[in-house]
Amino acid sequence: MKTTDTPPPVEPVEDRPQVAKEKAPPEKAKSSEGGVLNAFSHGILIIWAIMVVLPLLWAVMTSFKNDDSIFSSPWSLPDKLHFDNWSRAWSQAHMSDYFGNTLIVVGFSLVGTLVLGSMAAYVLARFEFPGNRFIYFLFVGGMSFPIMLALVPLFYVLNNMSLLNTLPGLILVYIAYSLPFTVFFLTSFFRTLPTSIAEAAFVDGASHTRTFFQIMLPMAKPGLISVGIFNFLGQWNQYMLPTVLNTDPDKKVLSQGLVELATSQGYKGDWSGLFAGLVMAMLPVLAAYIIFQRQVVQGLTAGALK
Amino acid sequence: MQHGKYRFIVGFLVAPLALYAIFVIWPFVQAIYYSFTDWTGLSPDFKMVGFANYTRMLHDDIFWKSLQHSLLFALLLPLVTLGLALFFAFMLNVGGRRRKGAAITGVRGSGFYKIAYFFPQVLSIAIVSLLFQFAYNPNDGVINGTLKAIGLGSVQPDWLGDPNLALWCVMAVLLWSTVGFFVVLFSAGMASIPKDFYEAALLDGASRATTFFKITLPLLWDTVQSGWVYMGILALGAEAFAAVQIMTVGPGGPDYSTTVLPLYVYQSAFRDANAAYATTIGVALLIVTLLFAAIVMRVGRRERLEF
Repeated sequence: MKTTDTPPPVEPVEDRPQVAKEKAPPEKAKSSEGGVLNAFSHGILIIWAIMVVLPLLWAVMTSFKNDDSIFSSPWSLPDKLHFDNWSRAWSQAHMSDYFGNTLIVVGFSLVGTLVLGSMAAYVLARFEFPGNRFIYFLFVGGMSFPIMLALVPLFYVLNNMSLLNTLPGLILVYIAYSLPFTVFFLTSFFRTLPTSIAEAAFVDGASHTRTFFQIMLPMAKPGLISVGIFNFLGQWNQYMLPTVLNTDPDKKVLSQGLVELATSQGYKGDWSGLFAGLVMAMLPVLAAYIIFQRQVVQGLTAGALK
Repeated sequence: MQHGKYRFIVGFLVAPLALYAIFVIWPFVQAIYYSFTDWTGLSPDFKMVGFANYTRMLHDDIFWKSLQHSLLFALLLPLVTLGLALFFAFMLNVGGRRRKGAAITGVRGSGFYKIAYFFPQVLSIAIVSLLFQFAYNPNDGVINGTLKAIGLGSVQPDWLGDPNLALWCVMAVLLWSTVGFFVVLFSAGMASIPKDFYEAALLDGASRATTFFKITLPLLWDTVQSGWVYMGILALGAEAFAAVQIMTVGPGGPDYSTTVLPLYVYQSAFRDANAAYATTIGVALLIVTLLFAAIVMRVGRRERLEF
C-alpha cells in the first residue's frame, strides 16, 4: 500500500530550494509522492482504514465462533462456521421481532416524513402569505434544540394520548422530529425548481393540489432521495426516542433490543448469539451503503453543505 | 394563481404543523414551565416553586460534573474530529499530486479510503457502542487481548471501569464513528474549489502544508464552521447520551466519571422520578447548546471568500 508510483515525466518545480525543507531529501525519495512525510501521511491513512474496517470484520468473524473461543483467542479464525449462533439469535433472541418492528416504524415514518415534509416545504417555498417566515423558522429552529429537554414532557403527552409504548406513537414522534431538517432541506430545494412549468399547469386548469402531486413532486425526486436517505439512516439508527418512549419488550426496535439483550439477565452467557444479533443488525445498512454508496454520501452531506 | 390559494396553503400546512406543534413545540414549552414546579412525574399534582430547582442545580455536584463532561464533548471532540477529518480529506483529494498530468489528485487508493472511512457513519450509535464495550472489556476484551499478545501483558487497563480513562474511551468511540462523515463532507467541499488555484500554487512551488493553510482551509471555512456546530450539537445531545448510557455502567460511569447532561436529564426523570428537576437540567442543556452555537458562529466569522 506504500507509494509505488513511477516517477513523473517532468516536474520542474518540485525541488525548488525554498520548499525542500518541508520535504524529504529528493535522493531518498523513491517515488514521485515520496519522502518521509509521505510515508508518514500514508501510514496514518492506512492505520485509520484498518481501525475502521477491522472492528467490523472482527465482529463478523466473532459471530461465527463459539463462546469459548470468543474470549480465549479473540483474534483467531473460527474453527468452523457456527451458523447456529445466527439462527439462535434470529428466533430465540427476538431479533426477528426487532427487525419487524423497526421495518414497520421506519417504513411508515419515512413515508410520512417525506409526504408531510414536502407539503410544508412546498407551501413555504412557493407561496407568499402572512406568517410564512414565522412558520419556516419555527420548523428550522427545531434543528438546534436538544431533544432530551422535550422528551420528559413528551413522555407524558404520549401517555395522555394512550400512545406510549405503541408503534403508531413512535411513528408520529419520528415524523415530528424529522420535520425540521426535512422542511429546511426541501424548502431550499423547491426554490431552485423552475416556476414556469407549475404555472403552465395551473393555467391549464390543474388545481394547486394536482400541480403539486403530478408536477412538482416528480421534479423534486433528487431532493426527496437525498433527504429520504438522511431520514432513513437517522430513523433506522434512532436510539434515544425509543429508549424513552417505547419500553414494552414486544415493541422494541433494533438498536434498543440489542442493548437490552446485552444487558438482560436472560441472555447471560450467550455471547456468540449476541454477536450474531449485532452483525445481523449491521449488515443491512452496510450492504445498502456499499450498493448505494454514492447516493448515501450525497444524501448525508447535501444538507450540511447547503 | 390566486384561486383557492389560501385554502390550499392551510390544507397543506395543517397536518405537518399540527404534528410538529403537538410533539415538538408543545413539549418544549411545557419543559420550561415544569422547570419552575415541583412535579415528580408520578402524580398529577404539583405546585410552582419559582427558582428552587435552579438553585438546587447550582449546588448539585453531579450537575457540574455532567456540564464539565458535556463541554469537553462539545469543544475538544469536534476539534480532534474535524482536525483529523481535514487532514484525511486533504490527503485524499489534494495530497497526491504530480500524476497523470493532472494538477491535483488524491493519494493512491483515495476512492477506497473514502468508502471505508464512511462505514461507521451508517451504523447505529447503539451498535457501535456495544461493539466497543466488548472490545474494551478488561478481562476478555480484544484490546487487552491484543496488548497481551504483543508482549504488553503488564499493561491491562480497566478502560471503561477506570474513572480516569472511561470518559476518554467514550470520546474515542465517538471520534471513531464520526470522522468518516466529515472526511466525506470536506471532500465534497474541496471538490468545489477551482482547480486553477491549486495549479497556480503548484507553479509557485508551494508545499502541501502551505497549499492547505493558504488555499484549502480558507476556502473551506464555511463548511468547517457548520461542521463544528453540527458535531457540537450531536456531542451535547443524542450521540453522547447513547454512547455513555450504553458503554459505561452504573450511574454514568464509575463515580460519575462519564456522566453527561442529556444522561443526567434522563436519569433524573425516569430513574429518580423527578421530572421537574430533569427539565431544569434540560433547560441548562438548551442554554449551553444555543450559547455554543452562537459562540462558534461568532468566533468563526470571517470575511466570506468568493470564488
